[in-house]
Amino acid sequence: TVSIVHVLSYLAGIAWFLALAFPPLTQRTYMSENAMGSTMVEEQFAGGDRARALARDFAAHRRKSGALPVAWLERTMRSVGLEVYTQSFSRKLPFPDETHERYMVSGTNVYGILRAPRAASTESLVLTVPCGSDSTNSQAVGLLLALAAHFRGQIYWAKDIIFLVTEHDLLGTEAWLEAYHDVNVTGMQSSPLQGRAGAIQAAVALELSSDMVTSLDVAVEGLNGQLPNLDLLNLFQTFCQKGGLLCTLQGKLQPQDWTSLDGPLQGLQMLLLMVLRQASGRPHGSHGLFLRYRVEALTLRGINSFRQYKYDLVAVGKALEGMFRKLNHLLERLHQSFFLYLLPALSRFVSIGLYMPAAGFLLLVLGLKISSLHEAGVGLEPGGSPGPSVPLPPAQGVGLASLVAPLLISQAMGLALYVLPVLGQHVAAQHFPVAEAEAVVLTLLAIYAAGLALPHNTHRVVSTQAPDRGWMVLKLVALIYLALQLGCIVLTNFSLGFLLAATMVPTAALAKPHGSRTLYAVLLVLTSPAATLFGSLFLWRELQEAPLSLAEGWQLFLAALAQGVLEHHTYGALLFPLLSLGLYPCWLLFWNVLFWK
Amino acid sequence: MAAAMPLALFVLLLPGPGGWCLAEPQRDSLREELVITPLPSGDVAATFQFRTRWDSELQREGVSHYRLFPKALGQLIAKYSLRELHLSFTQGFWRTRYWGPPFLQAPSDTDHYFLRYAVLPREVVCTENLTPWKKLLPCSSKAGLSVLLKADRLFHTSYHSQAVHIRPVCRNARCTSISWELRQTLSVVFDAFITGQGKKDWSLFRMFSRTLTEPCPLASESRVYVDITNYNQDNETLEVNPAPTTTYQDVILGTRKTYAVYDLLDTAMIHNSRNLNIQLKWKRPPENEFPPGPFLHAQRYVSGYGLQKGELSTLLYNTHPYRAFPVLLLDTVPWYLRLYVHTLTITSKGKDNKPSYIHYQPAQDRLQPHLLEMLIQLPANSVTKVSIQFERALLKWTEYTPDPNHGFYVSPSVLSALVPSMVAAKPVDWEESPLFNSLFPVSDGSNYFVRLYTEPLLVNLPTPDFSMPYNVICLTCTVVAVCYGSFYNLLTRTFHIEEPRTGGLAKRLANFIRRIRGVPPL
Repeated sequence: TVSIVHVLSYLAGIAWFLALAFPPLTQRTYMSENAMGSTMVEEQFAGGDRARALARDFAAHRRKSGALPVAWLERTMRSVGLEVYTQSFSRKLPFPDETHERYMVSGTNVYGILRAPRAASTESLVLTVPCGSDSTNSQAVGLLLALAAHFRGQIYWAKDIIFLVTEHDLLGTEAWLEAYHDVNVTGMQSSPLQGRAGAIQAAVALELSSDMVTSLDVAVEGLNGQLPNLDLLNLFQTFCQKGGLLCTLQGKLQPQDWTSLDGPLQGLQMLLLMVLRQASGRPHGSHGLFLRYRVEALTLRGINSFRQYKYDLVAVGKALEGMFRKLNHLLERLHQSFFLYLLPALSRFVSIGLYMPAAGFLLLVLGLKISSLHEAGVGLEPGGSPGPSVPLPPAQGVGLASLVAPLLISQAMGLALYVLPVLGQHVAAQHFPVAEAEAVVLTLLAIYAAGLALPHNTHRVVSTQAPDRGWMVLKLVALIYLALQLGCIVLTNFSLGFLLAATMVPTAALAKPHGSRTLYAVLLVLTSPAATLFGSLFLWRELQEAPLSLAEGWQLFLAALAQGVLEHHTYGALLFPLLSLGLYPCWLLFWNVLFWK
Repeated sequence: MAAAMPLALFVLLLPGPGGWCLAEPQRDSLREELVITPLPSGDVAATFQFRTRWDSELQREGVSHYRLFPKALGQLIAKYSLRELHLSFTQGFWRTRYWGPPFLQAPSDTDHYFLRYAVLPREVVCTENLTPWKKLLPCSSKAGLSVLLKADRLFHTSYHSQAVHIRPVCRNARCTSISWELRQTLSVVFDAFITGQGKKDWSLFRMFSRTLTEPCPLASESRVYVDITNYNQDNETLEVNPAPTTTYQDVILGTRKTYAVYDLLDTAMIHNSRNLNIQLKWKRPPENEFPPGPFLHAQRYVSGYGLQKGELSTLLYNTHPYRAFPVLLLDTVPWYLRLYVHTLTITSKGKDNKPSYIHYQPAQDRLQPHLLEMLIQLPANSVTKVSIQFERALLKWTEYTPDPNHGFYVSPSVLSALVPSMVAAKPVDWEESPLFNSLFPVSDGSNYFVRLYTEPLLVNLPTPDFSMPYNVICLTCTVVAVCYGSFYNLLTRTFHIEEPRTGGLAKRLANFIRRIRGVPPL
């Protein structure tokens, strides 16, 4: 039974979350790091023409060779006085990536190191430009080279600066990072690095595809929802204000008026966008891969839209110069400010202490449900825990043994979901008229749907001596399992944990084999992890003011599934194994409870 | 004639048959020298050496009068029976791969059982280290080569290393008596890219903002050497101005080199133009090609991520096309990186490389660091990787340095090797040859000695949050614990009125006496 307390607790959680965008809970951001706060720097970068010329050269060479012009980059970097190295890498993806049109990938990263005078290469900063297969980001390379030339002429550097141009965007970045730290996380094959520059303190990734920009967008969400230290974002914001640049977050203008209702409502929209992006666990820019190595990083994207007022490369260059000069002042790693936060605007944040109660209230529902089931005398040991409640008949045979079958079968389904699509892609592609990538996605969906037939399979195994008690024990186990999983996820990636809790908790609390089963079944399917993903895509596009039709949504959903699997294999994103090995089996247990006979 | 004063005093105090005879040979001498080397990368290295030699057994003779040798150091040798001392202050990192092997290496005699060796990687070097160093020079910075030592220029370089080396040297071939030698050295590397605005020409004035005007009157030799070696048999690439009086050719660090020599004691050299400003002009700009690296160079880094474990990796490059040679690798690792010695792996060309000698002394917490010394054979044209895993220890909270999130330094590893020469060197009389050539006498013409230092490393340890909230939490918890403890104690304790007991034997005895005296009992 669902009491009023459960409902109130759930509603309190949702309400708390919605209130996060309103002023008492959001605070203004402030710089915590002393080394970057009070020191003034004067930006002197004036190499706009040079940057444009280099960008043109780069684009021309790239068109001519059809790949990253490695020799040209090496020559140019050496001529501005850097120590230049290259790194070649290759990677065979588990199945063809249709979004980026690649399968067997091999490329070369080029990086130049500016050695700080009178320093022993113990610390460094990174400026990186990821270059994809198409000819975007030429202006970013031009600006990177022009900045390198300007930086090389200065004597104040205390940390080495690495200028990194990677091929195949994030794959190149991952290859370089793994080689730099001499680890192999994703099975990338790459040549060892010849030059290093100590511990990387911070990194900035730059994406620019036009000579003029109207605004700079900043992305912070990294792999598995990791975020850089808030001070790095504050630093960027400082130079946005100083240079009069228009800076955006999530591609949206900043809400100005926080006293009326408009500002917080816009803030809520951006907060939801951030939650969706963070929950996806994918790196939103090549900075996202640095975070695993405890390198604070963010991505700056130049946006060129139809606004009247535009900035040239000098303005962007000055902002970058200022950021690097202040990062150069750092005595310690960035650690003073928050690592866990949500952003309803560029200049406002919600700290972990304030957003955690939202998830806490949702998890409380599970806790209450568990304790009420427990008080009802449902325990794993028959006759144990003498509760003051209704004396139920001693349950015999409803011990661990009866739970083994459903638990094992649902876990096996999860394992199949995790392993089979990639393993069986060739078999599927041979027998059906589909490509490998499609085969993976369709197998994924087929196995997912096959899990719904599970109760019919388990019923033969499960003893039916004490029917009512049986499902209650199973539900108790499933609730504990869900609560533990959500609790762990919420601590590491709040957004993902909150989204899953908000969808899964009510139906998990409601699931029982009585009443209108069809209604419950529909509800349960609608709140399953896959349906949550599907719904999130619609919400995401809705918030971006580019609504989806159902057909487009379906296509996007299939692409997202493929991307999720790929990102797990190429970058080590954890969303896919988490859903397939953890939450999907858990959800199947509730499905099992619902169809208990 | 200021220089004559100490000379006279010196003779006066010497009782002996010489008496007033000024013809008695001086027992100490000073030689000074500056070597300017254009480096393969286009930068310019300048190496100063000032060598004072004193034919006196400081530790046996009770010496109280000092002339050229600094008294501060002499007393140190006499009082502590010092056998040898090498102290260097370095800021920056000698990039062997781009700059070639360094001239001035650390000491050659490496019996580490008896030698005390320490490195402080976090120290910075500043003018406050340069000034006392200059004061040790007999001419201070008034005359001679030391006028060039102007702090604001020396500290405007990409590498700066100053050192004091004290060692005994044999006076004759059979080494029946010894002399003390003090070498003060200073090497700097000027960044040609920044100072020259892309041009690689240089002059003394451009580098030091000073020119040479007069020799140090106390010096018996005062010379400037400029490396004018032509690598491509083409005489037209560079030009030195003014033309040198002589040139000097020798095999230095395995390659044949040519130096233009300027002798400051040669009166014509300075008096022609009242000052000496050596200039070098490239007739053809030197190619910007990637320079061929030296035969031996190394790289060191920390691999892995996270705050629990890690791996120290050292890459040793032997680029010699056909000669293998052994390298002695010395690592001192602080105790808070707990090394797992069983994970020590050495691989060259994909195969296991077994070191011919390993000495390992484990660390003791808070007392002594790990010491790992190995003799490794480097195959020709290979990269050898030496790696060892470690676990990061959690320190006591008082043991963290200020700025604990900066990380902790691991001192560089030391590589010592006899590297095969390109050209055979002939043995030289090292009392006569230039100073830069004689710090490490070549024992055998086919090899030369090289000592390299790798980069220091910065390692982050698991660090507690030392910020204000952390302190507040600690303080609040303490207060709560104390209050809670005492309140709980008060609330749960049951109080009894204790019955007065009769007491022990002593009390009974005392009461008995009191009763006799008529006083109330205790």
